Amino acid sequence: MSRGTDLPVLLPAADRLAERVRREREVGAPIPQLRARHGVWLAGILVFAAGVAEAQTGAAAESILTILLKWTPLLFQGFIFNLAISFLAMAGGTVVGALLGIWQISLLPPVRAGSWLITQFFRNAPWLVLLFFCMFLLPFQIKVFGLVIPLPDWVKATFGLALPVMANVSELVRGAIQSIPSGQWESAESLAFNRRQTLWMIILPQCVKRMLPPWMNLYAILTMATVLASVVGVSEVMTLTGRVLSAEGGRTDLLVPFYSYILLWFFLYCYPIARLTVRLERRFAVKS
Amino acid sequence: MTASQPWTPDQPIVRIADVYKSFGAVEVLKGVSLNVMKGEVICIIGPSGSGKSTLLRCINALVPIDRGSIQVEGQETHDPKLNKLELRKKVGMVFQQYNLFPHKTALQNVMMAPVTVLKQNKAEVEVRARALMKKVRLEGKEHSYPGELSGGQQQRVAIARSLAMNPDVMLFDEVTAALDPETVKEVLVTIRDLAEEGMTCLLVTHEMGFARELADHMYFTDRGVIVEHGPPKEFFANPRDPRTQEFLSQIL
Amino acid sequence: MEAFFAWFQWLYDETGVNLTYFYDSFDRARMIGGFFMTIWLSLVCLFFSTIIGVVGAWLQGSRFVWTRRIVQGYIQLFRNTPPLVQMYFFFFALGNLLPRVKNEYGYLEPLFDNFTWAAVSLSFFAGAFNVEIFRSGIEAVPESTREAAEALGYNRMQAYLYIVLPLAFRVCLPALNNNLVNLVKTTTLAYAIAVPELLYVSNQIWSDSVNVPEMMVTLLILYVALVGLLVWGMHRWERAIRVPGYGT
Repeated sequence: MSRGTDLPVLLPAADRLAERVRREREVGAPIPQLRARHGVWLAGILVFAAGVAEAQTGAAAESILTILLKWTPLLFQGFIFNLAISFLAMAGGTVVGALLGIWQISLLPPVRAGSWLITQFFRNAPWLVLLFFCMFLLPFQIKVFGLVIPLPDWVKATFGLALPVMANVSELVRGAIQSIPSGQWESAESLAFNRRQTLWMIILPQCVKRMLPPWMNLYAILTMATVLASVVGVSEVMTLTGRVLSAEGGRTDLLVPFYSYILLWFFLYCYPIARLTVRLERRFAVKS
Repeated sequence: MTASQPWTPDQPIVRIADVYKSFGAVEVLKGVSLNVMKGEVICIIGPSGSGKSTLLRCINALVPIDRGSIQVEGQETHDPKLNKLELRKKVGMVFQQYNLFPHKTALQNVMMAPVTVLKQNKAEVEVRARALMKKVRLEGKEHSYPGELSGGQQQRVAIARSLAMNPDVMLFDEVTAALDPETVKEVLVTIRDLAEEGMTCLLVTHEMGFARELADHMYFTDRGVIVEHGPPKEFFANPRDPRTQEFLSQIL
Repeated sequence: MEAFFAWFQWLYDETGVNLTYFYDSFDRARMIGGFFMTIWLSLVCLFFSTIIGVVGAWLQGSRFVWTRRIVQGYIQLFRNTPPLVQMYFFFFALGNLLPRVKNEYGYLEPLFDNFTWAAVSLSFFAGAFNVEIFRSGIEAVPESTREAAEALGYNRMQAYLYIVLPLAFRVCLPALNNNLVNLVKTTTLAYAIAVPELLYVSNQIWSDSVNVPEMMVTLLILYVALVGLLVWGMHRWERAIRVPGYGT
């Protein structure tokens, strides 16, 4: 960033912090920063805690490793559940959020105001409250064209998580559209493109690149946030882990091994996504 | 507002009558009148802020006017019932910042509007687009992206892109102002070829040598009014108004 | 005032819209208690997380490699794991490890109650972000600025108080605001360990009176209003004190 002066008034740390604030406000939540050594530490904690617990068990009892492996299939199912919720919530939230974002720049004032209101409303609400909202207010089944579709808990939770995603994607899209130079709109207009054609063929394709890294950051945040579904009673990996621990007799020495095991799975899933995001950010920054 | 009239080539192709335009409290155009005959090359010069770019943008209705009338081929441009897109098919514009679409190749940039807006056959448009690229001397750069082209090359693609719509009038808004001196020449050559083929051109420019050589008529604007106009020989040799004299002495 | 509340009883009788926290004094007290609990929890965590942030930022400048590493490890752990898991860890894992004490009824209860654990957990969560923020704020002010202040006659303490810290604060404020808004939204997680904050109390009310839609809408509106007010206030403050040329 050029300042117009050679000597810094403030050092680069100020710019870095400002950049971080900008990225956080883009997605509405702090962005996890995963490094390879986190995985190493997590695995280390797991091994250490398992070792400690092992030392406390009697010789006749099962080894910690056996216990972990015994429950892995069930817990893995729960984990897949979390991932499924994250996919669906992200997909649904992105589609509706993109529409909302486009409507935020509509030429019709009521559309503009309405979509802005909805975006701000769902951005400011805590994610857990929105989860509760959907869990309790969505019906347990819906009738569509005479067909009765049951809505299990996890579907309602997906809906509840899709709402904040929708609001944040809306802000993301609006910001990206408004960052495209007005010269693009002008030249498209003078080539006789109408507004819809300009938006879909010229503006939005250019937005996709700049939206991709923050969108992926949002997905990482969402994946971590799927554990909130345990609070509203969905049988995802956290609730299952709790039940497994009670089944094992409520032993406190198993707490850390089990939860660090689960966290390790989350890490192994989120880490590649985080690396890809960083690579994409760098690639797109250079081109522009 | 004057009603649209049937147009014949003996009438001015662009008729600007007593146009006023304000942006908020600032009056940018104060009663500008101008006529352009078909095939003429008009150069508009003047200090910055004199309203030249605004005037061009009013001609293809990018900017609405407050008072007065602008007619292109007899069609009143600021008629609220006018289909603006129809107007822009007749009037092409090239900008100082080129404004190419960065996510499309040069050829796609040229082809996009005829295919999408005019709904012409893609194969035919491609043939014409390649011919236009050849005309602006960018044969071989069809599959380059704007980011890979120099400023002068991008500007020539922008010209080809506007030509692809087969306009009757071309507007050039300081198209060489953002270019290096070496690349300015290649763009001017392209415009000269266009003019010699009979295209009606309105240029806002600082390139006096080019204007003197090519223009059929020169206009000098200052603070929203046309101060002086005339054929280039007289205009440059004997400017009558002191403002014109001062401006010309500063830049020549 | 009573007439105002009584109107809501009429509303329930006529339309079935049941806003018990208006006409019922018990529910009203619970609701207000929950709202203030949320605010109180936020304030307590704000206070302690700031202290943790300051201490952590200071420790990060330590000469000892292991001090720095431990602080860095703490930051990375609390930044990259879900705060719900952190809260469960504090409440269940650490809570069980600590001894139990006899309360006034002679029953054994945990040493720290769930509010304390919630406060501890959220303070450490927000504190982790604060350490980085304060560190960046300190690093953003060039040493030469402090030297210039001293050259003008400020002593070391005054230079920090009047020149360096105000500048560092202006750099930090947008990030601190983000952190505070995030903290307020995260206090809802205390529901999971039965802290009677707004969400928990509303849950109790709708379990008793079976007026789920009304309570949910009220809850949403209250939270959006609270957070919205905070965000708006923060933006105003940021605009007022920003350093031109930097910032979002």
